[in-house]
Amino acid sequence: MPLLSVRNLKVAFGATEAVRELSFDVPTGGTLALVGESGSGKSATALSILRLIEREGGRIAGGTITLHEDLGPVDITALDEPSLRALRGNRISMIFQEPMTSLNPVLTVGNQVAEVFIRHRYMSNRQALAAARDALDSVRMPDPQRRLSQYPHELSGGLRQRVMIAMALACRPRLLIADEPTTALDVTTQAEILNLIRELQAEIGMAVLFITHDMGVVAEIADRIVVLRDGRKVEEGAVAEVFRAPRHAYSQQLMAATPKLGSGSPAAPAGAAKLLEVRDLTTRFTVRGGFLEERRSIDAVRGVSLSLGRAETLGLVGESGCGKSTLARSILRLVEPASGGILLDGQDVMRAGRVELRALRRHAQMVFQDPYASLNPRLPVHDLVTEPARIHGVVTARDQRDLAATLLKSVGLEEDVVDRYPHQFSGGQRQRLCIARALSVKPKLIVADEPVSALDVSIARQVTDLMLELQQREGISFLFISHDIAVIERVSHRIAVMYRGEIVETGPSQAVLRDPRHPYTRRLLASVPRTDPAGRRAFVQPLPAVSSPQPGARLREAAPGHFVRENAA
Amino acid sequence: MVRHIARTLAKMIITLFVIVTLVFFATRLSGDPINYVVGQGITQEDRELLTRYYGLDASIWEQYVRFLGSFVDGQFGLSFVERRPVADIVAERVWPSLQLLLSGIALTILVAIPLGILAAIHRKSWIGSAVMTVAFIGYAVPNFVLAVFMVLVFAFTLNWLPVVGNSTPWHFIMPTITLSGALIAALTRFTRNAMLDVLSQDFMRTARAKGLSEAVVILKHGFSNASITILSVLGLQIAGLAAAGNVVVEAIFAWPGIGALLVNAAILRDFPVLQFAVLAVAFAVIIVNGVIDIAYAYADPRIRLGRA
Repeated sequence: MPLLSVRNLKVAFGATEAVRELSFDVPTGGTLALVGESGSGKSATALSILRLIEREGGRIAGGTITLHEDLGPVDITALDEPSLRALRGNRISMIFQEPMTSLNPVLTVGNQVAEVFIRHRYMSNRQALAAARDALDSVRMPDPQRRLSQYPHELSGGLRQRVMIAMALACRPRLLIADEPTTALDVTTQAEILNLIRELQAEIGMAVLFITHDMGVVAEIADRIVVLRDGRKVEEGAVAEVFRAPRHAYSQQLMAATPKLGSGSPAAPAGAAKLLEVRDLTTRFTVRGGFLEERRSIDAVRGVSLSLGRAETLGLVGESGCGKSTLARSILRLVEPASGGILLDGQDVMRAGRVELRALRRHAQMVFQDPYASLNPRLPVHDLVTEPARIHGVVTARDQRDLAATLLKSVGLEEDVVDRYPHQFSGGQRQRLCIARALSVKPKLIVADEPVSALDVSIARQVTDLMLELQQREGISFLFISHDIAVIERVSHRIAVMYRGEIVETGPSQAVLRDPRHPYTRRLLASVPRTDPAGRRAFVQPLPAVSSPQPGARLREAAPGHFVRENAA
Repeated sequence: MVRHIARTLAKMIITLFVIVTLVFFATRLSGDPINYVVGQGITQEDRELLTRYYGLDASIWEQYVRFLGSFVDGQFGLSFVERRPVADIVAERVWPSLQLLLSGIALTILVAIPLGILAAIHRKSWIGSAVMTVAFIGYAVPNFVLAVFMVLVFAFTLNWLPVVGNSTPWHFIMPTITLSGALIAALTRFTRNAMLDVLSQDFMRTARAKGLSEAVVILKHGFSNASITILSVLGLQIAGLAAAGNVVVEAIFAWPGIGALLVNAAILRDFPVLQFAVLAVAFAVIIVNGVIDIAYAYADPRIRLGRA
């Protein structure tokens, strides 16, 4: 008998149906993955199982959710509030996507974990804190005693997610619902957390309902998979089978859109002339204290050199906080570098005065990660996409609408949307608007900072395809920044791997990916989930931490065009 | 934490010095006090004699230095009108004002915060709208109108409450309500908004997913976060309460405090008293803000641990 049976579940938000007639089973001790893109109803389903959906403004409009417990089946949709509270955090637990915001910032870690023991195990404060210490220990938290008195902001994302897991597993639940638990984490941290969940699942014997959009994660962790689209189940089956031969067209599309490491990179343009050369660039942030507080300075980017040819794409990959965004901004001098040289199209960017810098920026445009925040909501599309052209005096007021129409067509949008406003577009369409805006001044270089990270995989695929097409048509060079090495592989001729403010390895994409020399690059590659359940690693070895690069070490040519930092072991 | 307190103290001292200086020069611009100390029609000799007697013949810089010197002996000079040390005059006025201020703050916190939380939880039902409507009316009514209305009803018509002075606890009721009325309304509104912000946070969902009761979720997880923003606003509002509110309320209810003293000293150009009374109010405001600053840091571990 399955542990949890969902039958004909219907969830509605007002008049909109988020989940329609959904049925699935979670086997005892097994792992079921609910997969879908944003708006597929996967989170609504998860919240319905804990009956937290009412709090989010939703309503269970029909169906049953049955938990088969030792004492007999219980229909969760029919429980009253006290019984639900006894169930939550005890028999069924949940962990959430954002470890940054899912923990209370003003309560200590110990307090937040102990709370569960006080609530469900009726322990005293002292007993609960001791139990919390053990719970932190069991999620392999280093130095658990000290963590008890720390606050969430003192922990890294990975450690916070461990705290979340410790809280969720405190009462050894029968079912753990994990709602995108690794989406906000770096890939190396993701591998550790997935490992941890698998280990603890075996220890406790609980079932896991894993909610994700990431096929790679599914392949790593799930036994069975349910594919959702618009609140409906389109496919269900054993993971190996669905991956081998997806039956439904949407599953096939989803599989195809998922970036897979090792699926090749575009061929490098032959004998490209240099467009951008960066030498020994260092950008320093001074953390200015308030009154009576001393200053500190941090080198976000340290001695970085790179070059980019015409019509070439350089993929810059690295984890959050490694300085890749700062590097991008420094190249355009949106952030003022402390030292180093930047040559763009033969012109010295570092020495450029205000007027010259403005002229130079015409040749280098930026596309940002968040297409919601980077478009002014009060400007109509024709103003938005032509704004850079107006600033640089490339277009007259009369020709502005014509230019807008041309730009929209070139990014695959209809011409007749010129009078709409940003909120009338979806995330993918907005990112197209951002690209159209960058194109309006016919730039030679586009710096794209995580341009597809906020988008669903199928949309992300379309956006990267568009960028490749533009490159071939207009000969634009891209500096493409991402934390996702599979996306980087798909778009880049060459790759630069960044770690703690420095570039530790760079070279032609396939050379770097097939023959990684630096330990950090190897670690990064080993952490990427395999999109093939058959090749699932039994248990990933805990990866050795890589020490910070030593200052002053130079890049050494390991193979033609393939450079590695010298201190690489 | 120690560093934070030291910084707060240093800021307080510098602020006080700036205020002292500003007050000194502002009062010198407000007219000749001799005209107010004595009546019209005195002879030129008498006027010069008095000017010398009050030390007003010296240059403004000399007066300023002498003024700063008066801090050292702890008497703060003599009142032009009463010829008594200013320190004594102000000292007997401090306690009544402080009593009124503290009871006003206490009433505000006790009423506004529970009401604000209630309004946030029941934002979609009639309870929430009722609380907010009352708060809106409270905010719109000026304090002197509220005072006159209460005096008419509770003192003159019903004869329940005394109006003048501060001799019994009954005397506190109307002045306290007058003083805190607008602040209660403002703080209720603010508490509600702060709570609404917190209620939609991810960690509230986490708390419910743990199976905690609604009371624990709202008070422990919700209010502990909202209190940070509430405290910061409370600090600013109390400054206004101490400075402007007290003056009006003490004038209406003949409360023997600093506010009433301030008004009289200003009318009579009694510079030493005026300067010191302003200083006393500023000092109170700064102390309250300093305390709230430290409380704020305590409520928010991100500040307490020095990583804002």
